[in-house]
Amino acid sequence: MSSLNRKLIQTLAETISKQVDHFNKTEVECLIREFNVLLGECAASGRAVNGLDKEKFRSILHNNFGMTDDMIMDLVFRTFDRDNDSFVSLKEWIEGLSVFLRGTMDEKIKYCFQVYDLNSDNYISREEMFHLLKNSLIRQPTEEDPDEGIKDLVEITLKRMDHDHDGRLSFSDFEKAVKEENLLLEAFGTCLPDIMSTEAFEQHVFQEQLVL
Amino acid sequence: MGLSLTKAAQWTTAGKLEFTPMNESLLKELLSFVEDFSSRHPQEAEHVFEEPLRWSTTLGASDFKTDYYISGIDVQSHEKDSGGQPLLQLSPPTVCVRSFSQLSKLVHLAADKKLEELRACLEENKDAMVKILGPCFADILEKEDTHTDVLHLVDKDQGKDPEFKINLFHLLQNMNKQLLSKLLEEIEVELNLTALKNDIESLKRLCSEGEKRLLKSVRYTSDFEFSNGCRAPLWRQVYGDICYLVVEPCDTENLYITCSTAGFFLNGGIKQEGAESGYERTSDTYKDLLTLLKSRSPYFAEHINKQASAVQELPSTQSVHRHVESVDMEEQGELQRSYEQQEKNVQDKSRKQHLLNKKKYEPCPRWKKLGLMSPCGKAEERKSRNSSGMEMSSEIRKKKQGSGAKSKMKAEFSLSSLPGRLSSSQKIKTPARATELSSESSSQSEEEEEQSERRLESNTDLPPEYWQIQKLVKYLKGGDQTATVLTLCAMLDFNLMQETCQLAIRDVGGLEVLINLLDTDEVKCKIGSLKILRKISHNVQIRQTIVDMGGLQSIVKILDSPVKDLKALAAETIASVARFRRARRTVRLYGGIKKLVNLLHCVTNLASLTANQQKDVEVARCGALALWSCSKCTKNKEAIRKAGGIPLLGRLLKSPHENMLVPVVGTLQECASQESYRIAIQTEGMVKDLVKNLNSDNEELQMHCANAIFKCAEDEQTRDLVRKYKGLQPLVSLLAKVNNKQLLAAATGAIWKCSISVDNVAERFQEYKVLESLVELLTDQPEDVLVNVVGALGEFAQIPASKTIIRQCGGIKPLVNLLSGTNPELLVNVTKTVGACATDQDNMAIIDQLDGVRLVWSLLKNPSADVQSSAAWALCPCIENAKDSGEMVRSLVGGLELIVNLLKSTNDEVLASVCAAIAKIAKDKENLAVLTDHGVVPLLAKLTNTTDDKLRQHLAEAIGHCCMWGSNRASFGEAGAVAPLVRYLKSKDATVHQSTAMALYQLSKDPSNCITMHEKGVVKPLIHIMGSNDKTLQEAAAGCVRNIRLLAVANRKAILFY
Repeated sequence: MSSLNRKLIQTLAETISKQVDHFNKTEVECLIREFNVLLGECAASGRAVNGLDKEKFRSILHNNFGMTDDMIMDLVFRTFDRDNDSFVSLKEWIEGLSVFLRGTMDEKIKYCFQVYDLNSDNYISREEMFHLLKNSLIRQPTEEDPDEGIKDLVEITLKRMDHDHDGRLSFSDFEKAVKEENLLLEAFGTCLPDIMSTEAFEQHVFQEQLVL
Repeated sequence: MGLSLTKAAQWTTAGKLEFTPMNESLLKELLSFVEDFSSRHPQEAEHVFEEPLRWSTTLGASDFKTDYYISGIDVQSHEKDSGGQPLLQLSPPTVCVRSFSQLSKLVHLAADKKLEELRACLEENKDAMVKILGPCFADILEKEDTHTDVLHLVDKDQGKDPEFKINLFHLLQNMNKQLLSKLLEEIEVELNLTALKNDIESLKRLCSEGEKRLLKSVRYTSDFEFSNGCRAPLWRQVYGDICYLVVEPCDTENLYITCSTAGFFLNGGIKQEGAESGYERTSDTYKDLLTLLKSRSPYFAEHINKQASAVQELPSTQSVHRHVESVDMEEQGELQRSYEQQEKNVQDKSRKQHLLNKKKYEPCPRWKKLGLMSPCGKAEERKSRNSSGMEMSSEIRKKKQGSGAKSKMKAEFSLSSLPGRLSSSQKIKTPARATELSSESSSQSEEEEEQSERRLESNTDLPPEYWQIQKLVKYLKGGDQTATVLTLCAMLDFNLMQETCQLAIRDVGGLEVLINLLDTDEVKCKIGSLKILRKISHNVQIRQTIVDMGGLQSIVKILDSPVKDLKALAAETIASVARFRRARRTVRLYGGIKKLVNLLHCVTNLASLTANQQKDVEVARCGALALWSCSKCTKNKEAIRKAGGIPLLGRLLKSPHENMLVPVVGTLQECASQESYRIAIQTEGMVKDLVKNLNSDNEELQMHCANAIFKCAEDEQTRDLVRKYKGLQPLVSLLAKVNNKQLLAAATGAIWKCSISVDNVAERFQEYKVLESLVELLTDQPEDVLVNVVGALGEFAQIPASKTIIRQCGGIKPLVNLLSGTNPELLVNVTKTVGACATDQDNMAIIDQLDGVRLVWSLLKNPSADVQSSAAWALCPCIENAKDSGEMVRSLVGGLELIVNLLKSTNDEVLASVCAAIAKIAKDKENLAVLTDHGVVPLLAKLTNTTDDKLRQHLAEAIGHCCMWGSNRASFGEAGAVAPLVRYLKSKDATVHQSTAMALYQLSKDPSNCITMHEKGVVKPLIHIMGSNDKTLQEAAAGCVRNIRLLAVANRKAILFY
């Protein structure tokens, strides 16, 4: 990599690190490099790249953060991709990771809510919940209605979290419920990495690259 | 005779009659019967026995007079039977007697040996009735069936004098009855026998239901029932036994159960009546029969509640049957279901059964109300007590139907077992920690008993929570991690501190799932599971089940997790699970103690902590909580120490947060029962922090601090440190917390131990007016407070001024009142304090007036050796300081005999104290005479071989004083007491020398003792002792040597001049 390129990265890092809360300049630099590496892998397949596409992003989530649920991964991608251009740009990458890896509780609540709000109408509706949870219970063929369990689970959860009793979760409902019981943060699917993979990823990105 | 002997007499294994009061009175009754027989019933007395009664006698030919042919050592009676055989024949040592007239005569001849003769006769003729009347009659007599026509027997009998024989038979029968009723009068049975019988009848009914039966059989060991309703032999009734049962459960070995007034327990295996051994208790005592059976037979326990609900809701035995049939049908239906669901059947069944009941018998709430009236049902039953169980219940049923009530009865056994159940559930509700109080022993002895399995009572409608929880558990089983977390959250919304929810989770199989989750990699699932477990484990049974399922191992493993929330939760869960011994052991065995100690590393004293550091503090707090729970057994205390926990705890002790301090100090005070901890607490400077926290506003914290000081202040340096850090005043101010008894107990305990240092009393406590407060606490306090208060007073009273203050505050009277208590620990302290007070003349006058000496004296009868010795020590100053003490001692009837008998004790402390008291008593010549009559001299002499210096000192003193009467000096010599005494002079203890020298001086007034002493080389050590600074000692030694010398001179003169 040329010294020009290095200079460029440093300037870029300087700017971005001022906009992002949880990373310092060096860390941003590392993240940019990592982004470029990942981008390079994409580029190798011979397409023009504006950022990480869904395919690549899903493989990152899967390989680095142990996520398996396709639907959730798509949702995470959608949340990272703020401008909805089907690519996660460098800025989106770093801003997203800031919350994803090191977000405060409030940031995480906001992030999770966005993930679960499928139609982005600022409410998580009963139907959205059902959709998110539809594969979470083993269906028993003996039962009359195989979805009965899930419907019931949705009702229980809604009853617990819907503080204003309007039959759907507003952001404030969600926030309040999570503050009461932190376990409800990822209520409708794992969309945040666990502490082990977070540490592994940070070590991989920040330390191994510095040695390079 | 026959009946009373087999039922009432207590036989030893060797076939001898035991020497028990019961047997003695039985023998005496029999004796008077035999003695008077020939004069009262001359004709019957002539009846010749079927077979002779034979036994070995102590009588010889010389005892027999007229009416007998005497040839050498053999004797024959003049009286002969129709066949010419003599009716009495003696060829020593065997004697044969063949009629009551001869038996009476023999008993008269035996004079003062008659009891022994009768005893020997009975022992060797256990079948006396058979021998006298022949087997047929004896049989009837044994059965006590008065209505059987005896006449037809006579026909079969080719007998002579049939009339007499029948008369004789009736006479014996009457005697039997009288004897038994007399003996029964001596026994009082207090338990509600009717309730017990109902229980047993109900159990019997449970045996008769084919495949569904809960027990194979239930039977009494004896069909014979005494008129007071008991079935145990009379000599066992004295101990409170009522009857014995043999219960054959479906799944385990036979249970041999003793029903006694004290409760129900397993015995050593009494299989049938007349057993000679096996009466000892081999299990815990249970309040009711059901609990015992449930604890012994898991099968029974599992099924009884279902049955119980059935029995309870159904009015009669008949309907029980009907119900069981319907359950059977249910069973068959279920067999066709898939195997997969089989494991759920247990729950399902109970539910279905329940539904079934509800369907069929809708008005059950009303029955419950009516059930309260059941005592009247009981009264009816009592009337029909003598009829058999089946008759009884059918009778009741009729009555009930007559009165129109559908059912007034709850299941019979629920009645008497109710108190037991209540108490157990109360036990569950008391937080275990609340009972853990002071005194070293408490930590081990107040161990939470493992309780027997108890399912949700299905006699009430299952709460709606039950079904909701069951549903949630189903989701837990079939959900991925997202569903699992949601379900766990939903479960957390239930009131998990409520027993119905706790047991519901267990009963629907939720515990297995929760524990399985702990072994997954899902942090959120683990957190959720632990959040539930830490709450439901407040329930005793849940804790046990968690441990049984191996859940504790998984929780211990989680302590290694890098997630701090998880660590904290795991530690907190351990804190609530490890409340019983097995759990604590499991924690230790899986390395939990070390892991918990590792959690204690954190920064505490920084003013502002980062979020991360705060989490560390929380983890440490939970670790301390867990250690606190675990620290209740000795091995864990040791493990904590080895893992380096003490300095870490010491560091946390400086924390400013109460919620951290409570578990830390709690752990420390628990561990302070170990010497190593006490030293560490002292050397690591923790006393200062403990004292500081005495001033906290948190009473729990204050209590633990006071308890820690209580335990540590056994050590003198710690006591001084408490004073140095100004800990005495806060302790005293805690005395005002009259309403918090635990705190009060801890504070008084600490004051007690601190007052052992005279400096503390003299310099500090006096100015705080502690005595006044303490005296006020002598009344209306629980025993653990009293023990400490009295202990403290005892220490204070070592200072003369305190004795006056105690008197002036009116403390003597409550103290004397406490002498009639029963708690040994308290009695030891009370006697000690009374003794200390009695060293003051004015106090003694009050004690005497309150009859305190008699009370102290009677404590010599207390079974506890500590109380005995403490009482004997207390007697010394009492006797010394009482006015006219000689007369006072004499006025205590049997007192001197009592104290002399204590010289047979095996406890050195008791012996020493008794010797000291005897030395005081013997100062009064008249009393010494009585002591001598009771054989004090040989008893003292027997003790002389001891090597215990304290005993030696007081023994020598007692011997010295006992020499002053009659020929006691010579008796001591003959009993061999002199030689060992000489050896005492080699002891290193100066006080031993002193009293020994005095004793030797007294003994040396007898010439033969002088010879013995001289032989044993007494002169040399005595001359050495003459050089002592103590004048009395000098004098005694010199006097002794003089006596020896005088004898020698006299001896020489005698040789020279005669």
